[in-house]
Amino acid sequence: MAKIEKVSIAISKGSLEGIYPGLIMANGARAEGMEANLFFTFFGLDAIHRKRHEHIKLSTVGNPGLHIATWLGGVPGMSSVMTQYMESKMEKLDIPSIPEFIEMIADTGAGLYACKASVDLFGLTKDDFIDQVQGIITVGDFYEMAAGGEIIFT
Amino acid sequence: MTTLTIDGVDIARTEDGFFVDPSVWREEMAATIAKSEGIDELTPRHWEVIRFMRAQFEEKGAGPSVRVLGKVSGVPIKELYQLFPKGPAKQAAKIAGIPKPIGCI
Repeated sequence: MAKIEKVSIAISKGSLEGIYPGLIMANGARAEGMEANLFFTFFGLDAIHRKRHEHIKLSTVGNPGLHIATWLGGVPGMSSVMTQYMESKMEKLDIPSIPEFIEMIADTGAGLYACKASVDLFGLTKDDFIDQVQGIITVGDFYEMAAGGEIIFT
Repeated sequence: MTTLTIDGVDIARTEDGFFVDPSVWREEMAATIAKSEGIDELTPRHWEVIRFMRAQFEEKGAGPSVRVLGKVSGVPIKELYQLFPKGPAKQAAKIAGIPKPIGCI
């Protein structure tokens, strides 16, 4: 049976539905005994941002999967309400919140990295990120780290 | 289906190494299974996890995920991965002779 030995996952979106899949895949990879590295780029950086990672919201605009009218998605406060609803459902299923999940993934031994180009673009520094972030790396570093494994972009 | 021979007894296991019949498992078998998983010595901390897996399986019919192990077994996630580097829930389930835990998180 063929086995995947290593996965490198890039998370590029800053919405709830943009961040969870990559986290679940990284955590699942470690649970299966694979090596896993997470690379946060662009708005995905919010997932590891000290002040922002507790306030990640579901996107209610331009999200046909929600099955609500487009204009309704843009009503002020809609994103917060839908996020709370989703979070309460997740809590019932014992799915950890994003900050807790990221801490858990770091504890599994997965690597957490921020993308240098995005960090520069947003004018951030290492201090803006949670302690579990191991470094700010270039895309070249990422490929080097990913060599020989699978790359997943979310 | 595969077979693992422990002390002259043939144990039927699934393709990925889990006991087909958890009731044939005995504590004495754990060390041999652990060795086949690359774990040379089972410490008291390993045993804490293995017994917890077994107890959860007997109570609920399935082994716990890594998240549950970390929250309830008394062994934190970091240490779980040190004890069972190839995936704590998976490896501990194999060593405890129970089916592979189901769940995505």
